[in-house]
Amino acid sequence: MSSSKKIRVLVAKPGLDGHDRGAKIVARALRDAGMEVIYTGLRQTPEMIAEAAIQEAVHVVGLSILSGAHNALLPKVTELLQKEGAGDVLVIAGGIIPEDDIPELKKHGIAEVFGPGTPLTEIVDYIKAHVKL
Amino acid sequence: MPATELVEGLLKGDRRSLARLISLIEDEDPSAASALSQLYRHTGRAHIIGVTGPPGSGKSTLVDRITGEYRKRNKTIGIVCVDPSSPFTGGALLGDRIRMQDHTLDKGVFVRSMGTRGHLGGLARATSDAVRAIDAFGKDIIIVETVGAGQSEVEVIDLAHTILVIDVPAAGDDIQAIKAGIMEIADIFVVNKSDLLGADKKATEINAMLDTDPHERAWRPPVMMTNARAGEGIVELVDKIMAHREFLEESGLLAQKGLQRSRDELRTIMGYKLTRELMEKLEGRPEYEQALRKIAERDDDPYTVAERLIAEFLVDYGRSVTENDKRKRR
Repeated sequence: MSSSKKIRVLVAKPGLDGHDRGAKIVARALRDAGMEVIYTGLRQTPEMIAEAAIQEAVHVVGLSILSGAHNALLPKVTELLQKEGAGDVLVIAGGIIPEDDIPELKKHGIAEVFGPGTPLTEIVDYIKAHVKL
Repeated sequence: MPATELVEGLLKGDRRSLARLISLIEDEDPSAASALSQLYRHTGRAHIIGVTGPPGSGKSTLVDRITGEYRKRNKTIGIVCVDPSSPFTGGALLGDRIRMQDHTLDKGVFVRSMGTRGHLGGLARATSDAVRAIDAFGKDIIIVETVGAGQSEVEVIDLAHTILVIDVPAAGDDIQAIKAGIMEIADIFVVNKSDLLGADKKATEINAMLDTDPHERAWRPPVMMTNARAGEGIVELVDKIMAHREFLEESGLLAQKGLQRSRDELRTIMGYKLTRELMEKLEGRPEYEQALRKIAERDDDPYTVAERLIAEFLVDYGRSVTENDKRKRR
């Protein structure tokens, strides 16, 4: 029997911004690329995101954040995933994140940051190239 | 063998092992079968509740509220929510968790979203085995939320002990209530969005349908009114679900359903295994390819060929089983 693995992605909005159009567009694009996308909606704490990622056994977590709290919230997500033994999950981010902050985020395990205007295919290709199934 | 490790972890209460095993089941990984066979004797304890109804009727919100009420009653909960996969790309947007945020950090609740991956009938092929894994994990109550169902997505009946069919006001006239299919599988009807105009009328139509049912029924499905978003009617609904469980136990129907389930399941597994072994034997063999060509050219017909191939397979299969037996005896 051939096994048929599907890429599972959690798309979440950490923190307190109330705007999720970007996250929904990315979720839709990943769906159209054949992935299973679990969309959890707005106002998630890092704890909620990590827990959902564990229960859903996702390969990728996509975090969309516009509020400016990325330096505080995003490293918390990767730290919690590490602690739960899910450090192999690919964590990527998007939204409004200044260039200057990206190196520090990458140090904390955020694999890549996709800013406004990123072609959707770039995100899809990145995931396909870097996901660990 | 990672599957054995997952089984051990799962039985110790490690939710990560449970989550990973469900992925193996979904991906039809060969190791999932051995894990499930190890888990089987740890299952059979949970009360399995099916929740079905049309898209947007409030299934996820209702599941969220029912979960909250059961948690107040000190029950642990597993939830499997199924959403459709794209027939074109195989992708899926699984959005049922959005309504269940309050329970994410509650250790007594485990939620898993699932795409149908081409399976029809309202569930995914993996749903039943995933429910079994959660059962072995030790959750008291397992809620299965089907895809937004039309009229004939009734597969949940094979899985759940208690089925809630959700309907909403102003969705069709009284003829909809007497149609076959989904309206026949309910143990409890729920008219959700009871704050909307027409809720009473909807409940009356369902009750009228039930009153004209010519069959004597030991359990007459009650029609409950809820406003899930506001949390209204939930206590009464959970009371009824628990009453139905009690009814199943006392009437002996629970045991009967269990036997029926075993019958269906064994038949499914045997059918699947047989088909797989048969196809493994045939595919790629020159005789098989030649038979296919003959059928396509109308030199032979599929009915006769099927009969012949199956007969040959069964003879071979019987021979290999007898030889195995002899070898064991020696």
